[in-house]
Amino acid sequence: MPDLKRRSLLAGLAAMPAAACTELAETKPAGDLFDAAEDWHRTAHRRLAARQALAPEYAPDERSPDVKGNGTVSIETPEYQEQLAKGFADWRLAVRGLVDNPLSLSLADLKALPQRTQITRHDCVEGWSAIGEWKGPLLSDLLDRARVSEKANFIVFRCADVLYNRDYYESVDMVDAYHPQTIIAHELNGEPLPEKNGAPLRVRIERQLGYKHAKYLTAIEAVASFDDLYGGKGGFWEDIGDYQWYAGI
Amino acid sequence: MKRHALSTRLWHWINALAFVVLFMSGLNISNAHRALYWGDYGYDMSEAWLIVARFPSWMTIPQRYDLAEARDWHNLSAWAFALGLLVMWATSLLNRHFARDIATSLEDWRPDAWKAAIKEHTRPGDHGDRSYNAVQKITYGLVLGIGLPMMIATGLAISPGFEVAAPWLVDAFGGRQSARSLHFICAWGLAGFVALHLFMVLWSGPVKQIGRMITGGRREGDTNA
Repeated sequence: MPDLKRRSLLAGLAAMPAAACTELAETKPAGDLFDAAEDWHRTAHRRLAARQALAPEYAPDERSPDVKGNGTVSIETPEYQEQLAKGFADWRLAVRGLVDNPLSLSLADLKALPQRTQITRHDCVEGWSAIGEWKGPLLSDLLDRARVSEKANFIVFRCADVLYNRDYYESVDMVDAYHPQTIIAHELNGEPLPEKNGAPLRVRIERQLGYKHAKYLTAIEAVASFDDLYGGKGGFWEDIGDYQWYAGI
Repeated sequence: MKRHALSTRLWHWINALAFVVLFMSGLNISNAHRALYWGDYGYDMSEAWLIVARFPSWMTIPQRYDLAEARDWHNLSAWAFALGLLVMWATSLLNRHFARDIATSLEDWRPDAWKAAIKEHTRPGDHGDRSYNAVQKITYGLVLGIGLPMMIATGLAISPGFEVAAPWLVDAFGGRQSARSLHFICAWGLAGFVALHLFMVLWSGPVKQIGRMITGGRREGDTNA
């Protein structure tokens, strides 16, 4: 059948760059080049926009009907389910690591801090987007209260969920940690954060893709490097799938 | 005088390589969420204006579903593609390649000119070393002036880190998901151009044509003068 032949010829031709790229990607120079490109993007973004430039915010009627849950959407452990049933009355968020004044905060403590409400768009790395209204204290406020040491270069988010038998965690640099839209959200669209969206607490890092927005937060840690942290790449997806640590592109 | 200036040839091949890698890694990225939407948000496939096919592994870079590595290839090649286009445009305007070879005159927009161009090309084989005909000028103009720049603009618009630098760009496309849809549409439009372009190269003497795009060839007379 000529059709089949043409198809396999096409497949053969297409497979040449595909195969070459697949092989090439495993080499050190290619990996270094990918990392360099990631740095160029981050640098270009930071040069083009102000350090504190805000992500777009929307009007209440521009919200999407829902904010899709992705990755972990439910935590089956009895401890979590018990907390969920009790409205997270005993949930604590630790702020620790390279800080002079470690904190352990209840949900009530977090709600007693000055709050920010923002209607922003969540862009998943897969390609979909959803718009929701998030409310919570600024991360910078928590970091200031914990008095972060000057030795800290990154903020790590520790989570209660486990995916593929690994603890979920994420991290950002100080620029995004102190960004005025980086909040520890406890509400979505005027309601306590639903389980699929990370109840009771998730971080919003509005200038980066969704996998940075860690859910089910248990601790915020100031660190100097990622060397002692799981795979050493600064995040769950970065470790298991070699995802880009800078998720602004 | 060379038919193709060194800058044109360099750009042509760098761009060709970058486009192939961008397109094929883009198909891998498309497999991550195969629905396209209009507006600022879209996550529910039932709201999509188009659900595209899953692209088989022989069409994608890398040859397995790997969103992270596909994004690495895509984001790296995007630099070559975007900077190449910028340099090519600057050079074409400075060395008058654009004004001499691609800019159209009123004549080129008359259907008679199109008919003549198409008629001339219905026979296979070399069509000489003359300047581009009306159809070629218009097509190359659309690809260089709209198709390729649209890929960059829509690509930048779907980057949340770039959006804060130019939120107006996302608005101009009608929202982030619209920009993503346009990115996809333009990519396939350009793929269609590449297919036609390759067919015409094969049709009009591939050895000579490819040779000219490597060595520069020779320009016979200056029919555009």
